[in-house]
Amino acid sequence: MKIIISGFGGQGVLSLGKFISYSAIEENLNTSWLPSYGPEMRGGTANCSVIYSAEEIAAPVIDKPDVLIAFNEPSLAKFENSVVPGGVIIINSDIVHTKTTRKDVKFYEIPVDTLASAINKRGANVYMLGALLPIFKDITVEAATKAIEHVFESKPKVIPANIECLKAGCEYMTKLVK
Amino acid sequence: MKIVATKPKMLTDAHMHYCPGCTHGIVHRLIAEVLEELGKTDNAIGIMPVGCAVFGYNYFNCDMYQAAHGRAPSVASGVRRVVNPDNIIFCYQGDGDLASIGMAETVHACMRGENITVIFINNQIYGMTGGQMAPTTMPGEKATTCIYGRDPKVYGNPVHMSEMLATLTGPAYIERVACFDVAHVRKAKAAIKKAFQIQMAKKGLSFIEVLANCPTNYHMTPLDSMNFVKTKGCEFYPLGVYKDITTEENK
Amino acid sequence: MKKLWKGNEAIAEAAVAAGCRYFFGYPITPQNEIPEYMSWRLFEVGGAFIQAESEVSAINMVYGAAGAGARAMTSSSSPGISLKQEGISYIAGADLPCVIVNMMRSGPGLGGIQPAQGDYFQATKGGGHGDYHCIVFAPSTVQEFVDITYRAFDVADEYKNPVMIIGDGMLGQMMESAEIPPMRDLSTLPNKDSWAACGHSDGKQRLINSIRFEADELEAFNDYLFKKYEKIAEKETRYEEYYNEDAEYVFVAYGSVARICKAAVMELRQEGIKAGLIRPITLYPYPSKVINDTAKKHGVKKFITVEMSKGQMVEDVRLAVNGLKPVEFYGRCGGNVMMPADLVKFVKEGK
Repeated sequence: MKIIISGFGGQGVLSLGKFISYSAIEENLNTSWLPSYGPEMRGGTANCSVIYSAEEIAAPVIDKPDVLIAFNEPSLAKFENSVVPGGVIIINSDIVHTKTTRKDVKFYEIPVDTLASAINKRGANVYMLGALLPIFKDITVEAATKAIEHVFESKPKVIPANIECLKAGCEYMTKLVK
Repeated sequence: MKIVATKPKMLTDAHMHYCPGCTHGIVHRLIAEVLEELGKTDNAIGIMPVGCAVFGYNYFNCDMYQAAHGRAPSVASGVRRVVNPDNIIFCYQGDGDLASIGMAETVHACMRGENITVIFINNQIYGMTGGQMAPTTMPGEKATTCIYGRDPKVYGNPVHMSEMLATLTGPAYIERVACFDVAHVRKAKAAIKKAFQIQMAKKGLSFIEVLANCPTNYHMTPLDSMNFVKTKGCEFYPLGVYKDITTEENK
Repeated sequence: MKKLWKGNEAIAEAAVAAGCRYFFGYPITPQNEIPEYMSWRLFEVGGAFIQAESEVSAINMVYGAAGAGARAMTSSSSPGISLKQEGISYIAGADLPCVIVNMMRSGPGLGGIQPAQGDYFQATKGGGHGDYHCIVFAPSTVQEFVDITYRAFDVADEYKNPVMIIGDGMLGQMMESAEIPPMRDLSTLPNKDSWAACGHSDGKQRLINSIRFEADELEAFNDYLFKKYEKIAEKETRYEEYYNEDAEYVFVAYGSVARICKAAVMELRQEGIKAGLIRPITLYPYPSKVINDTAKKHGVKKFITVEMSKGQMVEDVRLAVNGLKPVEFYGRCGGNVMMPADLVKFVKEGK
């Protein structure tokens, strides 16, 4: 599975990628997380390429993602044409109001900021992680939960709200996918 | 026959390559005598520079490093982290090495307050390479790269290392000494001894600037070159203690 | 246990596990996680870290620590590695072991901070002045970074030679699952008492020195070094062959680029084109023999060297192929990274 996550710096784009990689590790899968780095870190656009696979991961760079998650307009414009036919594009519809021009992909609009803030104001990327699980199919909620527990090890107080976000995201997407 | 003086055991039997009348030999001997008096000949480690003292490792009976030009304080900092804290570490550097190419290394080793002793031979000239202008060459002083004498407007100004380093918090002891007569050689020895004692007490970096001569490149007799240091040299680079945390501690 | 590690941090922890206790560095992107990690980790294990005033100073601290017998290390990225070259030459000249990491960025000059492989010549052909070589490893995954860093200290000690590990910003910044080997028992590390200058009281001077003013003495030392390099070539040359048995189109690439070539090999094979890859793991010594042996194979049509440079390693590939087969080059620069599809297209169009 090859995933590109893109948005503004500070939207949790890189963190979401790490959550996916941590979850994949819990499933004993190979994974790689490759961030864009440099000036982007200082508030520009940020993106990361995440791969997980039961096989050896060759190129850590992604030219044809299976899944694109766009947290802002420029990200959708930049990457939508690279998504494989039959792939998935997800937008954060609280920020992105453009629809994809692609007819050969599955397109989901999730107002992730609105939905997550009802549970956890800083939980948008964890909500999105939950929403991705029904698409990935091979990463369980249990594995993602373990990943969340691991990532927030030093801040145990925030773990319950994040797990709630994760589950809510997963349920939300399960309905859409059906 | 009664033996009244011997060569310190700390010095090897190797024939020194320094020019007649040069103060390098005196300072080598002072270091050796002081380390013997302090009982530290066993575990001393010397770091030699690039310049006239580049072959200095031939003359000291202890573990030695030959460092890249100007980098002795960095080498010493690396060694300091690894060896026993009781090992005495000294850097021996000339003015081109310490005050020009190695200025950053010197200043930062001082800033870190490395527990080492730096012996700085300031003879105001590049000796080994044949008499070029040094960062310490005085205004009006001639060198092969300022043949009419150093004009600060053209060649920039010389640096007073002891005064400059004394502005830093890191160093524990800074003194400028000279070796142009017996009284001053004794004072120099006392300063070097104090420097090593400060290191033994783990108080930090001690820096001894020795105002030295270079008869060969001054084109002077040894005696004239000593007199030059005594008059012009000491006038421009006043001798004395520039920093001493032990007196500050006593206050 | 396998954990998710950032490339730079994995190198740092692997070095600690290998018995490295002294690190001297200076900040430069994209390798900052190495000094940052070492700045707290080494003090936990009784070692020391100095943020030096410059790369020049840092490599000379390595000279001092290595001369005193310790496992010492520094890391930097391209412009900083240029500054270290003086010290690396002295380390080679003083016959000292150490490990240097270069997370390459694009150049020349200040260049950019994105991944590149433009320091191949610098790493393999000397870098600093004089007749010498570093042993150069080029890992391509985070796990391989770990394994090679862990081994690099042994190799450096065995041959008393500086070892350089080169990666690029991509490998340094990415995270992958990796397992760190167990902590080495420091008492089992090689005894360096016969030469390390750490303050001996046995009356026998240990001297760390690179000055040899007598022509014959220096030539003898040069001969000694190159005999050592011959032995290193014989024992330490490493490479990986990937679908090379029946390959007609053979990629030669190292580091992160080799992984992109692997993806291209798979795509080409899915389209019925027999592609393969030779991935040098040591860049010095260079695995010329496997390349030459491959060139002799009847079925091989051409070699395609792929680098994030304008073509540096390609010269060694051409020397190894020695005119037996065409050697083509595909490169990207400036921090741009080629995609597998670019390589697939290059092969198909040139076929």
